[in-house]
Amino acid sequence: MELFLQQVFNGIMFGSTYAIVALGLTLVMGILHIPNFAHGHLYMLGGYITYFFITSLGLGYWPSLLLSIIVLGILGVIMEAIVYRPLHDQPHINAFIAAVGALLVLEAMAEVIWGPQGLRIPNPYPHTFQFLGIIMSVQRLLVIIGAVVLIVLLHLFLKKTLTGTTIEAVAQNREGAMLNGINVNRVSALTFFISSGTAAVAASFISPIFVISPAMGAIIGMKAFIIVILGGMGSIPGAIIGGYFLGLIESLGGGYVSAAYKDVIAFGALIVIFSFKPTGLFGKKEG
Amino acid sequence: MITKPIHTKLLYGFILLAALLLPLYAPDPYMFQVIIMSLIFAIAVLAMNLIIGFTGQASLAHAAFFGFGAYGVAIMTKAGISFWLALPAAASISALLGLVIGPPALRTRGSYFAIVTLAFGVIVWIVAGNWVQVTGGHNGIFGIPRPTPIPIPFLGEIEFFEQTAQYYLVLAFLLLTLFIMHRLVYSVFGLTFMAIRNNEPLADAVGINTFTTKLIAFVTANFFAGLAGGLYVAIIGAVSPSVASHMLTFNFLIFLILGGMATLTGPVVGAFAIPILMEWLQELGHFRMLFFGVLLIVTIIYFPRGLVGGIRQLNQKIADWRQTKS
Amino acid sequence: MLAVKYLSKQFEGLVAVKELNFDIQEGEILAIIGPNGAGKSTVFNLLTGTLKPTAGKVFIHDEDITGLKPYQIVKKGVARTFQTTSLFDQLRVIDNMLIGCKWRTRLGFWNTLFHTPGWKSQHDQAVQSALETLDFLGLADKALAFIPTLSQEEQKRLAIGVALVSKPKLLLLDEPTGGLIREETERIAQFIKSVREQGTTVCIIEHKMQMIMGMADRILVLNYGQKIAEGSPDDIKSNQAVIEAYLGGEAHA
Ligand SMILES: Nc1ncnc2c1ncn2[C@@H]1O[C@H](COP(=O)(O)OP(=O)(O)OP(=O)(O)O)[C@@H](O)[C@H]1O
Ligand SMILES: [Mg+2]
Repeated sequence: MELFLQQVFNGIMFGSTYAIVALGLTLVMGILHIPNFAHGHLYMLGGYITYFFITSLGLGYWPSLLLSIIVLGILGVIMEAIVYRPLHDQPHINAFIAAVGALLVLEAMAEVIWGPQGLRIPNPYPHTFQFLGIIMSVQRLLVIIGAVVLIVLLHLFLKKTLTGTTIEAVAQNREGAMLNGINVNRVSALTFFISSGTAAVAASFISPIFVISPAMGAIIGMKAFIIVILGGMGSIPGAIIGGYFLGLIESLGGGYVSAAYKDVIAFGALIVIFSFKPTGLFGKKEG
Repeated sequence: MITKPIHTKLLYGFILLAALLLPLYAPDPYMFQVIIMSLIFAIAVLAMNLIIGFTGQASLAHAAFFGFGAYGVAIMTKAGISFWLALPAAASISALLGLVIGPPALRTRGSYFAIVTLAFGVIVWIVAGNWVQVTGGHNGIFGIPRPTPIPIPFLGEIEFFEQTAQYYLVLAFLLLTLFIMHRLVYSVFGLTFMAIRNNEPLADAVGINTFTTKLIAFVTANFFAGLAGGLYVAIIGAVSPSVASHMLTFNFLIFLILGGMATLTGPVVGAFAIPILMEWLQELGHFRMLFFGVLLIVTIIYFPRGLVGGIRQLNQKIADWRQTKS
Repeated sequence: MLAVKYLSKQFEGLVAVKELNFDIQEGEILAIIGPNGAGKSTVFNLLTGTLKPTAGKVFIHDEDITGLKPYQIVKKGVARTFQTTSLFDQLRVIDNMLIGCKWRTRLGFWNTLFHTPGWKSQHDQAVQSALETLDFLGLADKALAFIPTLSQEEQKRLAIGVALVSKPKLLLLDEPTGGLIREETERIAQFIKSVREQGTTVCIIEHKMQMIMGMADRILVLNYGQKIAEGSPDDIKSNQAVIEAYLGGEAHA
């Protein structure tokens, strides 16, 4: 029972990370129809930037996190402008290839600056304690609670602010939004800012617990992609539920079945589901 | 209808001659090894070109199929089976696995197909790293025998310990691959691949079974990817999960895009030139991937047909310019 | 030769085609007309397997072809063009034609790989019929040209040619003269008549009344997915329901 609860707790923690990363990706894919395959690498870089501000500049955890959001947000905006925008009218496969180029650049950038080996962000809240027999730490709780806060904030932003509703309008009908005088390019930039910024938050929350490495972006990026496709492109609830679901399944699968093969779950599920429904669970056209 | 002008034929003849004479220039063993590897990669990239470049389906499981060939040959030859049997067998296994994963994967389109094949590739990579009894886990398999010597009556036998012999072996397979690709692609049948890439609804409407055609391209590509993988381990003598990793797929993709999609020269040029370029840029370390990443983006945006396509365009422009002048 | 029985198609709430019944007779030119959005193109998509009907059936020579895939229906001798000119625009004219006749040949994977004895003659035959059709289209001198270098009219012609090269029994043309000027339209109309004279049955969707009236043997009028009239051009001209549908359509627009 305790093992089970521990796995559930860990699953929720990983799920929180997946949910935020997938959320950022679903905004970009749903709204801009851009297969931003480099999203996981933005997440990876977010971890490194926070690391940089903490260890190299000696800033505190929270200021570093804030700066990391801004840096990553700007990076996302730049990426949209120079990598994806020129390919807007091209076949989809070209944007996908460009995304591969972008992720190679981001990964190489991290390797050049910080080296290929793993690094750890100093843990701001290392205090551990037991609750119902589950070992947890303040930082681990922060991952979970922080994710919930972020999701709520994002929801309020998208539903209650004018800028947020503009994003949704573009998501639902790009041409219509354009006719209504919405500056689609500005919305694209903003969406990329939010998407990359939230990835930075997710990475900064969890990186004090696990090491960061340049290679970590690839797997989480693919998983986020899978969550988005299965949850429905552009669907925010789909990304959140999918993220937590995957976190839980992986944690339980890793605990009870095989730790080595836990990463296979997401990828296998994708193939199995696509075998039955080639357009994804929610039947939307490919993005 | 589909023949090439005479000067192009001459150029190809000249390149072939240069390739045949290359061991005479005796590059240093290290560079020679790089060249041999390039030729193997050229086979894999030609295969990738068939499914991505000609048929327009972004299969990102390519390294997985390269890996099937590699592990197949490694396991079979270590078990004492002749390389000459193991190689076609491993390539066929690779093709067969393509035939299994192809039907579900090819029901999806566009980015979905890319991600499904990539997911399959990642699974293969993870399994290769963890199924210790069969694949040797993360350490892989060592001491794989070189290709079995070919006996020649009265003269002894051709062995493959020397780089020169290995080079000619690989070159022969590359030429075979080129020959087959040329036959397939520059034919009425090959046009149906391009028809699917160009306009799938119309291809459907003119009576092409687009699903089967895509499957044929996919399985053929996987056969040659497996063939390249099998050659690779027999020359290197060892295999590890990295031969099946998505990073290798991305490398192939760089060779393909920079060299030029949807031509037969492009993949060969890309697979040959880029690894050599990478060697030259060795001291740049990780900056190299930065460089190639940027190059990939710039190419796909501004020269989607790569180096070879770019040169052809330039050639055409010059020809047009000459025509208007005269 | 072709019979449509109670054909219906519904797109999430919108009924595009409703309980449609009609026949196409061997050797005739049947025109389908109707206001924008009447469901004409959808009918073609249903006949050719591009869309699956919600209800109803399609027969060719009494054989049920409902639910077959597009490439299977092509093999029954039905070819089509699309409303927006659809070509393989990265390829040359001759390549477009060769793709069009591929399904009739045995130029498959193995034959091509091994250049089997039959391959050569099949290949030459395909090239032959591609060139013949190009000649018929008046595009013989453009065989090696790339699509973007062709004029609008030439592209429209070629699109018909790609459908025609496999010698279909029934040719479905969706607005073959859309966007063309008067003389071009007349040339295409002339061409379509010569296609019929060669023995191909034609079913054509068109908005240009003058052209239709001079060409069609029979006309079928659709409105809101339903057949509102069917008959000879003279019947249709004086049909009250048709006049109202068109006036109503104009009033909407
Ligand atoms: N794939 C589709 N999904 C949803 N609705 C569709 C689809 N295809 C057509 N429709 C709708 O069905 C109706 C009939 O369309 P259709 O294209 O058949 O009209 P049409 O008679 O060919 O018109 P036009 O003269 O403008 O070509 C239209 O309201 C159209 O919006
Ligand atoms: Mg129409």
